[in-house]
Amino acid sequence: MSKGRAQADEYYPGPVHQPPVHIAGTHVEHTHGHHPKLQHHFDTMAQQIEASTLGMWVFLVTEIMFFGGLFMCYLVYRTASPEGFAEASHHLNVTWGAVNTIVLIVSSLTMALGVRAAQTSAPPKTQVAWIVATMALGAAFLGVKAIEYTDKFTHHLVPGPYFKWEGKHPAAAEMFYSLYFCMTGLHALHMVIGLGIMMVIGIMAWRRQFDADYYTPVEVSGLYWHFVDIVWIFLFPLLYLIGGHFTE
Amino acid sequence: MSAGHVAPKSMYYMVFGALIVGTILTVAAAKVDMGPLNNIVMLAIACTKATLVILFFMHVRWSSRLTWVVAMSGFFWLLILFGIGMTDYMSRGWVPGTLR
Repeated sequence: MSKGRAQADEYYPGPVHQPPVHIAGTHVEHTHGHHPKLQHHFDTMAQQIEASTLGMWVFLVTEIMFFGGLFMCYLVYRTASPEGFAEASHHLNVTWGAVNTIVLIVSSLTMALGVRAAQTSAPPKTQVAWIVATMALGAAFLGVKAIEYTDKFTHHLVPGPYFKWEGKHPAAAEMFYSLYFCMTGLHALHMVIGLGIMMVIGIMAWRRQFDADYYTPVEVSGLYWHFVDIVWIFLFPLLYLIGGHFTE
Repeated sequence: MSAGHVAPKSMYYMVFGALIVGTILTVAAAKVDMGPLNNIVMLAIACTKATLVILFFMHVRWSSRLTWVVAMSGFFWLLILFGIGMTDYMSRGWVPGTLR
């Protein structure tokens, strides 16, 4: 019996109020027949995961619009100075960008298999292994990002008073790097938050919280992780590959 | 209830393979001079990859119609943002005396 219900009974004792029956050694929180993870405002487990998934998608729609503002900004300034953006883009390291794209795609695979492991009631060890693999790949992504950022700092490519550009379009190049740091920075922040979420999910999996009947937290966190992957799928060509690399 | 659909592992590996091929194609396409087509090819591959992730990794393929509508609404609003936003920026100065 929940705490709220017990209090209500105390203040408004009904005519059929009965004290809970205690049998020594058999204390059970929920005695009525449903899955312990089913919250009381849902009718069925299916309805519960449906509602959670839908709620996560609504959040992801707000995230699409959050990143959408930056993509709009990128579109406006790139249309204004296509040559400047192409020139600035050539300073980014395509190899690192491609490596990070692959790393994130592999992490999406391990995430999807982690969700599947929970769905199929795989042992906690298997579930945790997929989540740890996902986290390791996420950390690798951030490591590569750190190498790239260091390179930009040492080459004076960070917008501000020390920004230096030898090419023909210094103003457009500075705008490009402003957008580069905003977009990849916001994306990296999402990766850091994702790592935190995966930490919690990993601990829950280790404590045998997930099985075929209840895996909502893994499923919903997986949606977030895949979304962050999708953002990078667009960032990679838009930032690293514009203006044609055939000239080199 | 379709939310509990368990897809075979082989499907995940196939989608993964397609995503890797897409990435290699994107990098390869950037090295070929196709003029304005370069951007279109690049974005077409990115959109295909995103669709694969949404449909299979994010299980939208097996989700309810309501989830479909909500997921698509995000991209629909994004198109409105880009469409109306660029209509403004690209048409500036077309009419004499307007802000450029």
